[in-house]
Amino acid sequence: MKILVPIKRVIDPYIKVRVKADHSDVETNNVKMTINPFCEIAVEEAVRLKEQGIADEVIVVSAGGSQCQEQLRTALALGADRAIHVDTEDKIEPLVVAKLLKALVEQEQAQLVITGKQSIDTDNNQVAQMLAALLDWPQATFASDVKIEDQKVQVVREVDGGLLTVAMNLPAVISTDLRLNEPRFASLPNIMKAKRKPLDTITPDSLGVEVVFSQTIQEVTPPAQRKGGIKVESVSELLDKLRNEAKVIS
Amino acid sequence: MSQSSPRVLVVVQHDGTHCSPSTLSTFSAAQQLATLCAKCPIDALLVGYQCQPVCEELQQLGIINQVNLVDDEWYVHPLSERIAPVVAEVSQRYSHVLSSATTFGKDLMPRVAALLDVGQLSDITAIESADTIIRPIYAGNAYARVQSSDPIKVMTVRESAFDNIQPTEGSTTVTRLQRVNSPISTEFVGQIMTESARPDLTSAKVVVSGGRGLGSKENFTLVETLADKLGGAIGASRAAVDAGFVPNDLQVGQTGKVVAPDLYIAVGISGAIQHIAGMKESKVIVAINNDPDAPIFEVADYGLVGDLFTIVPELIENL
Repeated sequence: MKILVPIKRVIDPYIKVRVKADHSDVETNNVKMTINPFCEIAVEEAVRLKEQGIADEVIVVSAGGSQCQEQLRTALALGADRAIHVDTEDKIEPLVVAKLLKALVEQEQAQLVITGKQSIDTDNNQVAQMLAALLDWPQATFASDVKIEDQKVQVVREVDGGLLTVAMNLPAVISTDLRLNEPRFASLPNIMKAKRKPLDTITPDSLGVEVVFSQTIQEVTPPAQRKGGIKVESVSELLDKLRNEAKVIS
Repeated sequence: MSQSSPRVLVVVQHDGTHCSPSTLSTFSAAQQLATLCAKCPIDALLVGYQCQPVCEELQQLGIINQVNLVDDEWYVHPLSERIAPVVAEVSQRYSHVLSSATTFGKDLMPRVAALLDVGQLSDITAIESADTIIRPIYAGNAYARVQSSDPIKVMTVRESAFDNIQPTEGSTTVTRLQRVNSPISTEFVGQIMTESARPDLTSAKVVVSGGRGLGSKENFTLVETLADKLGGAIGASRAAVDAGFVPNDLQVGQTGKVVAPDLYIAVGISGAIQHIAGMKESKVIVAINNDPDAPIFEVADYGLVGDLFTIVPELIENL
């Protein structure tokens, strides 16, 4: 079985983003970039399935400018077998990503796609669901446990209020939640080896997908700042403030 | 595709008996949208099995023009593979299709959008016009004003950003529709829900959250007792969830729930960006932490530096 894992290059989650002065976007120049953490979990899960003998090949794919090849190399160092870079503008919309992935799934005859549940930049949480719809495949989003046996996938999903378990037939799409696994670190020998693994660059045209935009970001603004609070000295002072100043308790 | 005059559809999340509080917020967003679209009608789509009580509840709201009801055993479990095709079919008669940005709506609506060949606007927090909304990006560290040119605008609505609707006098018709079959054989295996007598985390007026500082699952009872004294819900930071103190559906933050109560009390929580994103819209934030430099104090209205194991019992004692 081939597993396709889409990954995305994003601003490092531990960096505090700054909105540009002209409000066109957030600042990305000279900012540390990384693999989206949810995508890293997806790569880890796919590599584990290969180590268990369930998958034969793990293909990582990223759509964006040439810089996303860095993140593809990282994924190769984590254990993916080969990489495909779809050369596009950086900010293509989830539906276009899903269409590119659909074409790749068909081209590669992949049986399973594992994505992150959302990217931490746009916070859309859409690609896995859209891809499953386009392929007419089952979906298991927000996965915290995945078991595969005899072309059957059982997935525990994190839903509001608890956990929900579903069983699907392959082929299928899974999106990862944070608790699915703990991604490994790439060792130096693996980073060296990853440099020799295949990384192909293709265009959306070659996949027969037109890159269109239906959403325009008119303005990006920083959130309203909370005004600096005060530190109180004692529990009685705190209760007094909550009762008489903030009036949030009686 | 959609007709030229605007029509708003709300896809209802429910448990078979009641519609979810998040759906009431979604109707509030729909009301704002309808006002911006020259008071266009708001319809509901209710998909489920034996969900007559929900249908009656919707009719009593008075704001719904028509409930499209699909009541069939096929929909006994909320599986998006089954629900999305019927939502997509009904949605073709609408200009706007809204659902809540809960795990239900997040799982379902992008699937619907792709079936309609349109984009989706996720987790919206404000509506500016018929085609322009505001939504948080980068874990709420920035907000984007986004305009959509899609013929059908599919959106999920952040519950805490919209008040519940005020029911009005009005008459609602109910139209029964047939189920739409899908060849996909996803099976529901089971679910484990977290039992709680406390108010729902996302709609509670008071939330008391605990973090790694509590040290153990046993110590989390301090948070529970304080929450109970205040009639509030309990929440947790990701660190507390990962340490196994509480189940993950209590997690407040970018990857968990987003809350905006009147009073949020953070106990033993340092205040990572991911956590702040989930609670910074709270009206009043109180932080109790032994580290005076913890980032949580930068967003707290009232901070108390000290040992939570002496402060929290004293608070409980004096409430």
